[in-house]
Amino acid sequence: MAEFKHKHIIALRDLSKEDIELLISTAENMREINCRDIKKVPTLRGKTIINLFYEASTRTRTSFEIAGKRLSADTVNIAPSNSSATKGETLADTALNLLAMKPDIIVMRHAVSGAHYFLANKLNCSIINAGDGAHEHPSQGLLDMLTMKDRFGRLDGLKVAIVGDITHSRVARSNIQGLTKMGSSVFLAGPPTMVPPGVEKLGDVTVCATMNEALQDADVVMMLRIQQERQGKTLMPNAREYSRYFGLNPTNIKLAKPNAMVMHPGPINRGVEMSSSMVDGDQSWILKQVENGVAVRMAMLYHVCGGELE
Amino acid sequence: MNMLIKNGRVIDPSQKIDGMLDVLVENGLIKEIGKGLSAPAGVETIDASGKYVVPGLIDMHVHLRDPGLEYKEDIISGTKAAVAGGFTSVCCMPNTKPVIDNKTVASYIINKAKAEGFCNVFPVGSITYGLSGDRMSEMGELKESGCVAVSDDGKPVGNSEMMMRSLQYAAGIGIMVISHAEELELVGEGVMNEGFTSTELGLKGIPRVAEDVATSRETLLAEYVGAPIHIAHVSTKGSVRIIREAKVRGVKVTCETAPHYFTLTDDAVRGYNTNAKMNPPLREAADVAAIKEGLKDGTIDAIATDHAPHHQDEKDVEFNVAMNGIIGLETSLPLSLKLVQDGVLTLNQLVEAMSLNPSNILGLNRGTLKVGSVADITLIDPEFEWVVEVDRLASKSKNSPWLGQRLKGVAAATIVDGKLVYKR
Repeated sequence: MAEFKHKHIIALRDLSKEDIELLISTAENMREINCRDIKKVPTLRGKTIINLFYEASTRTRTSFEIAGKRLSADTVNIAPSNSSATKGETLADTALNLLAMKPDIIVMRHAVSGAHYFLANKLNCSIINAGDGAHEHPSQGLLDMLTMKDRFGRLDGLKVAIVGDITHSRVARSNIQGLTKMGSSVFLAGPPTMVPPGVEKLGDVTVCATMNEALQDADVVMMLRIQQERQGKTLMPNAREYSRYFGLNPTNIKLAKPNAMVMHPGPINRGVEMSSSMVDGDQSWILKQVENGVAVRMAMLYHVCGGELE
Repeated sequence: MNMLIKNGRVIDPSQKIDGMLDVLVENGLIKEIGKGLSAPAGVETIDASGKYVVPGLIDMHVHLRDPGLEYKEDIISGTKAAVAGGFTSVCCMPNTKPVIDNKTVASYIINKAKAEGFCNVFPVGSITYGLSGDRMSEMGELKESGCVAVSDDGKPVGNSEMMMRSLQYAAGIGIMVISHAEELELVGEGVMNEGFTSTELGLKGIPRVAEDVATSRETLLAEYVGAPIHIAHVSTKGSVRIIREAKVRGVKVTCETAPHYFTLTDDAVRGYNTNAKMNPPLREAADVAAIKEGLKDGTIDAIATDHAPHHQDEKDVEFNVAMNGIIGLETSLPLSLKLVQDGVLTLNQLVEAMSLNPSNILGLNRGTLKVGSVADITLIDPEFEWVVEVDRLASKSKNSPWLGQRLKGVAAATIVDGKLVYKR
């Protein structure tokens, strides 16, 4: 088996195709554990994982916590927004204090892009990025790719449409970085106010003028969450108009390949970026994404610890 | 203080001099320039073989952080850094605590610089009280107290009427207005240039048009009221074009850029390098090319550093949290000399941009080696290579993107008012 040489997982941009393949294949193996009656293996026994979440999260934090526990690590959750951060402690000081308690891995979500690189330069434990600003969300990118691989058996040659607020989306960036490395073609659509400059230079990426253009013959349709707080500001008029041009519905999904996968990183604004019938319909892989999230995060924790699979 | 500077290549754009000449300094003034001068009895001779001898360099845009923010820099350390970088005069911006919006603060700076500083310090007063943007400072008293310009540097005067009236009023007083040209609504929460790099790094971008819109407004306002204006730290190709066109129309506009804007692109931010974070932000290759072109064709009049010292605790943080700005006094000369090495500027143009033009723009009566003028002189060793090291920087702060890098060219000696204040 190939060797995983990275101490940290901060961005899919930093990983090679082989790294990504390894993480996905390990996740595939981990899934078996999650189906057992007793869902626990001793792989990371004695390891301590701190889940440091500066931004609110239900799915990702729970998923990382379960992933750690299934591997028998001791996991601790901290949400600094209601502890020391409000007392003016810097990120570096908080992290150094946590480091003094000798964790093996810090899983962090932070609002500032690049905050994990800053910490990685200061700390000697492994850092896993659970989302940084608008930069990357590598575990989401990996679980999305695992889910696509479940459906198609491959990533190479897939046409993936990503629709929504690309500019502010770390999910979009991680998927673009990962998918283009794996040989997929990415087609982006969103209001021009939400498509960042030069994004097509990130790889095999095409910026489409309309959502229909992106959906045409797509194997995968990934819808992004539209942030409620962006409504009625300068980026778009309101949810109603957004939905009219960038919402997925039973009509426009027909442009994609028959039985194309519909994905969403959650949490979903039903009736805005996609209609409820799409969320709950046959083509939806959304809950499979969540399920795969645990296995992918087990694989990430496992590899940064450099352990051996039993 | 008397001295004879022998065997150097004297470059003085004010007299169109470029030749191997000697310079005699007597009682703090230039006494004589000529070939084969001999030192009168008791006069020290400085050998300038292999050196350029130029009118003392002037940095018309620095932040000395004194009073109020002395943990970043003070007048002593800042002027020490200045003379180490070859500068004989610096103009310090008013965003101190308290702001330079009154005679007391201006006098404090001038007196402290005279008593304890290493070079001339010319304060820049604020356009508006407390940099509030809504009430004009007492520009007349500021001028009488020794301020050489007014500026709300660090932020724009957002209110267009306030800016227009300030230009009119300042023109009446006879004091230059220096504009920090930026449209804050367009800057928003941006932390770096908006472009491919910001897209890849997931950092909020500052579009170039945020500067262009403001530069455009400033030139139109200055044109309308017929008053002069100086645009600080030009960083975009759009601003260069707007200023070029305004000059052609006869608008009394001058401007400066900083070495980082003709040396670095926003690629320097990669790795979330907070020492590449400043405002305006580092731009792209096309902007760097336009800045060089602007310097070459005279659209850009001056090179100023925007020396912005910050404590390590303000830079060694997450990118969004880090303060804007880099130090520049000790790296400006080699970075600017590279423009000559690369054939962008002639040596004469470089000396104009770093000495004569800033003096003329602000009426400092320096930037020349004419007989009878103040003996502010910089000796430059253009060939000397050195590495930018934290321990060797005179500035209190070390926030430079060039740490660890090898640069070519250095100030060999700096002479202020006829006194040798720095020698490498």
